[in-house]
Amino acid sequence: MPQVTLTVNGKSATVEVEGRTLLVELLREKLGLTGTHVGCDTSQCGACVVHVDGVSVKSCTMLAVQADGAKVITIEGLAAADGTLHPMQEMFREHHALQCGFCTPGMVMAAIDLVNSNPLGLSQDEIRHGLEGNLCRCTGYHNIVKAIDAAQGIMHAPAAE
Amino acid sequence: MNAPFEGIGASVRRKEDLRFISGRGNYTDDINRPGQTHMVIKRSDRPHARIISIDASAALAAPGVVAVYTGDDFANIGGLPCGWQIHNKDGSPMVEPKHPVIAHGKVRHVGDPIAVVIAETKQQAKNAAELLVIDLEDLPSIATTTDALKPGAPIVHDEAAGNLCYDWHLGDADAVAAAFATAHKVVTLDLENNRLIPNAMEPRVALGDYDRHTGDYTLFTTSQNPHVIRLLMGAFVLGLPEHKLRVVAPDVGGGFGSKIYHYAEEAIVTWAAGKLGRPVKWTAERSESFMSDAHGRDHVSTAQMAVDKDGKFLALKVHTLANMGAYLSTFAPAVPTYLYATLLAGTYTTPVIYVEVKAVFTNTVPVDAYRGAGRPEATFLLERLVDAIALDMGMDRVEIRRKNFIPRDAFPYQTPVALQYDSGDYFATLDAALKSADYAGFPARKAAAAAQGKLRGIGVSTYLEACGIAPSKVVGSLGARAGLYEVANVRVHPTGSISVFTGTHSHGQGHETTFAQLVSDQLGVPLSQVDIVHGDTGKIPFGMGTYGSRSLAVGGSAMVKAMDKIIAKGKKIAAHLMEASPEDIEFKNGVFSVAGTDKQKTLGEIALTAYVPHNYPIETLEPGLDETAFYDPANFTFPGGCHICEVEIDPETGVVAIVNFNAVDDVGRVVNPMIVEGQVQGGVAQGIGQALLENAAYDASGQLLSGSFMDYTMLRADDLTNITVGTENTMCTHNPLGSKGCGEVGAIGSPPAVINAVCDALNIRHMNMPATAEKVWSIINGRAAG
Ligand code: FES
Ligand code: FES
Repeated sequence: MPQVTLTVNGKSATVEVEGRTLLVELLREKLGLTGTHVGCDTSQCGACVVHVDGVSVKSCTMLAVQADGAKVITIEGLAAADGTLHPMQEMFREHHALQCGFCTPGMVMAAIDLVNSNPLGLSQDEIRHGLEGNLCRCTGYHNIVKAIDAAQGIMHAPAAE
Repeated sequence: MNAPFEGIGASVRRKEDLRFISGRGNYTDDINRPGQTHMVIKRSDRPHARIISIDASAALAAPGVVAVYTGDDFANIGGLPCGWQIHNKDGSPMVEPKHPVIAHGKVRHVGDPIAVVIAETKQQAKNAAELLVIDLEDLPSIATTTDALKPGAPIVHDEAAGNLCYDWHLGDADAVAAAFATAHKVVTLDLENNRLIPNAMEPRVALGDYDRHTGDYTLFTTSQNPHVIRLLMGAFVLGLPEHKLRVVAPDVGGGFGSKIYHYAEEAIVTWAAGKLGRPVKWTAERSESFMSDAHGRDHVSTAQMAVDKDGKFLALKVHTLANMGAYLSTFAPAVPTYLYATLLAGTYTTPVIYVEVKAVFTNTVPVDAYRGAGRPEATFLLERLVDAIALDMGMDRVEIRRKNFIPRDAFPYQTPVALQYDSGDYFATLDAALKSADYAGFPARKAAAAAQGKLRGIGVSTYLEACGIAPSKVVGSLGARAGLYEVANVRVHPTGSISVFTGTHSHGQGHETTFAQLVSDQLGVPLSQVDIVHGDTGKIPFGMGTYGSRSLAVGGSAMVKAMDKIIAKGKKIAAHLMEASPEDIEFKNGVFSVAGTDKQKTLGEIALTAYVPHNYPIETLEPGLDETAFYDPANFTFPGGCHICEVEIDPETGVVAIVNFNAVDDVGRVVNPMIVEGQVQGGVAQGIGQALLENAAYDASGQLLSGSFMDYTMLRADDLTNITVGTENTMCTHNPLGSKGCGEVGAIGSPPAVINAVCDALNIRHMNMPATAEKVWSIINGRAAG
């Protein structure tokens, strides 16, 4: 069986996988990182989004072997070492952007990449378009859009002197 | 400095969120047991067929395979039970064919389980399932609701002649006929309520475990009501006594009704775990969810209203065909009857009503309650009919509603279809919504849109729903096979912190916060000192679960009753300690005090005394501070409100854009406004999804055409705009909280608001849902009738 070596949330891991093993299966089943969810089998819901080398990826659509040598961040790896939440996590909580929480890890990971890739800021409409790859059945998106809008303000704020 | 207000009415941030935003939720699929095996289900790809043979030899010989089970293994085990019996017009009971756990003899819908393969890994089970040799002989099949009763239609169950499950009615046929005979006008509308697939984002999962040494079974499952599953599966399917069966529903990723029911997979993994002595886990793939989760809606109706010359409603007559699918799911028969026909008075004073409902079997996935369940169907029918009446009579759509509203001073109001509304003010919600939507400014916005070549429309829907399900005696007399009370156990620990065990279940509703606020408010302890425990029959005395917007109105009321007992007992202990009479003890903000003195004891001190009863009235009072209450509501609760939708249609493409959506609801007492707003927004989004995009499409033979997110259109963020939510609350008069419930109102009020707006924009009398771009474009271009 092929071996994959990758860094997940700052820790290096070497795992044996089958050729067909998906990245999400590696994360959930081999590494026990169950924060990343599976909501579909057609690559459409975004519950499985993680960051691979800084870019959001649907981990149900990437083979584990393709992640060999990559740096992967999952929802479990977002908060700082001292437990301080990422501003996107904070704003999701502040703006009630989650109900059942199942879409939330993927939403948060996708939203961070969306904000990072748009340093000039996004309008609410652009946020809505940017979320095209993520489904939420609970919230009606209203509060998710609000949370991302609030988080971009914090993420793009010039660091305090 | 005062502590922040955390009680009833505060928009407290949710206690459960920290684990969810950190990836620390504990959903069923996150649970694994030592020695676990994996189950894969071979499902029928035919709508209707005879099972000639199943050869499992190659599958059994495949690597890692532990067992293969088929319908033969379950032949002597109970079928999946139905929890509600409806009676025909002639008093005879509905036809209730057995719903085998695994298909036996015949398969009756695409997705019906034929065999299961259990192996060491999921992949091995999948590979082996491909090696099953299954010989099926196709039988003629039927999928369409309107064709099921036609003479010569293929028959789904031999015992259900003509595919009729029941032929039921409610109301006064003679009085309606008399009113029709003399009315100024009778307005008729034919309409359909499209079939939906609930699609909670978490697919269903079941994990069965068995301990050979104790004989104890544990089922971990994605359920809205673990005690109900324990009862149905234990007593009716597998014959396991309650004390040997624990059902755990941990974090559940949305339900919307679809996770109420007892599903075959739960029984199979539990039974197989016992057979094999090893845990068995099944996780649905989304494509399985599409063909095995109960679907929703699917009604075809004719509605007729008799009106006088001023537009006053005189009599309503409704005929509905409801599709049950291939088998009766847990609550299915109740949905088009007692959750639908009883709602057809709506917000109006219509004096006489007659409803006939025929439920039919087809070769499709079973249909059951989906967010709103019956009430969205009733509301869509009524609110579309009212717009049609206004149009036919040349009257204003808002004024005709006002003219027929139940007056403010008419409560309690007895409808002609069994329900008695306790409170409401439909004028208040209508006025607030008109204002919030700037209804008066619409003509200007329509003109501006027209100048840009766009078609604008506005739609109003005023709705009434019955929830807070339900008074046991009433539902029992209507055919329910269960009581619908709720249970709470309030345990004050020796140092004063509190655990509350509730029989309701939270799968997105935020109970851990709302209920903690309730307890914090009534017992005067900080929110951080209160934990809400749910979802485990091993911990919670009993409960009927969460659906029908019942958790706060029924479950919260049970908590209030249990807390009343805590306070009453605390008063006795306080009286003893402070040498006063219990009648002179007052309890407020967590403190027991002797009236008119400065003597006082905190709840914490009383709790400690209760558990360390040295100075204690031990002869007359048991130690401990732990009370349980069962609360059976006196009536349903009756939220109501007004939803106004504004759409803009691009005639080039037919795309309907929601440009403005305003909801004003009456949900009774609100504990956490932030959570209520979120519940309404989510419900409205699901209603808009039904109105614009969603449709569970079958071909005439019963092949599911919309079997994945590629073909079943889920609402995405860019299909929507912001949803403005307000409340105008009147209190429920019969429960101690005054709360009515808010989980379903969004999905009930919104679909007719959207379609009324689309019809207004297109200047047509009616169109059925969903108003997809293709359908709208065809109407604009004269290629299809509305
Ligand atoms: S699980 Fe749905 S997109 Fe990956
Ligand atoms: S919060 Fe439940 S799916 Fe988004």
